[in-house]
Amino acid sequence: MSSSDLVAALLQSIGVDNPHGLSDNTARIEVHENRVVGLKLVPGLKVDADETDDGINVEIRVEAGVRLQKPVHICFGVLPEDGRQHIDLDVRIHQDAHASFLAHCTFPNAVDVRHTMTAGIEVEPGAHYAYFERHVHGTHGGITVIPEARVIVHDDAEFTTEFELIKGRAGQIKFDYETLCHDRSVVEMTARISGRADDRIEIHERAQLLGDEAKAALISHIALRDDARAEIYNDVTAYGARARGHVDCKEIVLDRAIAKAVPMVAVHNPTAHVTHEAAIGSVDSRQLQTLLSRGLTEDEATDLIIEGLLSKKARWTKD
Amino acid sequence: MSLLSIQNLSQSFDGKPILDGLTMDFWEGHIHAVVGPNGAGKSTLANTIMGLHGYTNYGGEIFFDGQSLRGVSVDARARMGITLAWQEPARFEGLSVLRFVGAGSKRKDPAHVKGLLEALGLEGERYLHRSVDRTLSGGERKRIELASILAMEPRLILMDEPDSGIDVAALDYIFTALSRLKNQGATVIMITHSRAVLEQADHAFLMCNGRLREKGEISKIGRYFIDRCIPCDHINEPDEEESIL
Repeated sequence: MSSSDLVAALLQSIGVDNPHGLSDNTARIEVHENRVVGLKLVPGLKVDADETDDGINVEIRVEAGVRLQKPVHICFGVLPEDGRQHIDLDVRIHQDAHASFLAHCTFPNAVDVRHTMTAGIEVEPGAHYAYFERHVHGTHGGITVIPEARVIVHDDAEFTTEFELIKGRAGQIKFDYETLCHDRSVVEMTARISGRADDRIEIHERAQLLGDEAKAALISHIALRDDARAEIYNDVTAYGARARGHVDCKEIVLDRAIAKAVPMVAVHNPTAHVTHEAAIGSVDSRQLQTLLSRGLTEDEATDLIIEGLLSKKARWTKD
Repeated sequence: MSLLSIQNLSQSFDGKPILDGLTMDFWEGHIHAVVGPNGAGKSTLANTIMGLHGYTNYGGEIFFDGQSLRGVSVDARARMGITLAWQEPARFEGLSVLRFVGAGSKRKDPAHVKGLLEALGLEGERYLHRSVDRTLSGGERKRIELASILAMEPRLILMDEPDSGIDVAALDYIFTALSRLKNQGATVIMITHSRAVLEQADHAFLMCNGRLREKGEISKIGRYFIDRCIPCDHINEPDEEESIL
């Protein structure tokens, strides 16, 4: 299949029928298995990609002071039923640059696909970096996703990441993100995942608030049905003066599913403040009864409550 | 004509009677108020009529439009046209006002939902895509809940303390919505302690200690409730021999 056909197929799998539907000034990177099949850059964005045996090594740079007006669109995918894809990602957002990336990871036919990512990310002083990861999986659950990231967020910098499964079975998801947060930096990491059948979800997220007035929120919203299982380990440790952190873990568990949440919070400075909130259980009875009293069936009401939990609107809001 | 007929209704929890032989008729197209001191059983009455979880094991009978509600689930009751507005509405983190209000409605389009919100004094564009969560005030949630009820076009609305947690301006919008429901032929049962709410009703029932003490004109029931029940120092121990009106 030609590169342009692969780009079209990748984009079609995420609901973009026309690859030219992305505007001309949208930066794009498309990778199928270990081939870079599409690449378009804009001023201030540098991308070097080397193909390896089972994936690619990508170096991404956003030059100092550059504000990318539109999100960079990334598409990583494996279209066959089986395959391996390892992404080695090296990202540096230089001083005062602002950039957001919308990354679609698509494995629509996966029966035995393994997608792994190792990322080193550095957000320089005053820079903003947002990485929105949207996954499209197949119906078989034969997908393993293992992203690992080490992130340094320098003074006055911001790092936001969202992981969302928008279609298909979770399969096996295990991710491990660690952030080091310097003075006045802001970090928000969110995962919204729905698991069913024998899906397995494991999340390890750590934020070390090293700097004064650093802030971090780790948010995990998970819905499980059937025999799915999830384990969430969120850890915020504050060292800096007046650092603020919050861990928010909500899991709805139905049928025979099992969920475990381990929020870990630690404070090494008396002026710092870290909170956590964990709720695991079936759907909230009051919410359920309200929707039943509007005429929804129990299944319809449960689906709507889960839709809310997994929605982008379900952001952490402090009382 | 009676839309809802309650006959010798009793309800108890842990062996303690909460409702005790209630017989009441609620006329179609009228606004009824149920007043009484805390613990009189008013909310239990509303929850039992709605058939909420934990309230289905009652004695006596509840007939809606001539049909017994025994064994009828909450959602089936709702599809028959019965609904309940809670004293403190539930929050739905992440669920948009548009999705929540449209949930029980045949019409889920934004223009329709926006119109319902605006009838309750909420600027549609500002609220449609907001989450029904803790960022909304109690009064905003109360009005959004009422919008979800208007969207259902129900026949019987049970409202538990409709004025609880809201300001006077918002209350006017709620009263306007109640009039709209009544004009559409709906029947409203308001559980209340408030004179302002009571005055919106066509008829009132006075409950004490799970029993019906009196029913009738708003002015008489209201006066007795304000003068005698509110300052009462023997709560839920009614003066059995005294004629209250």
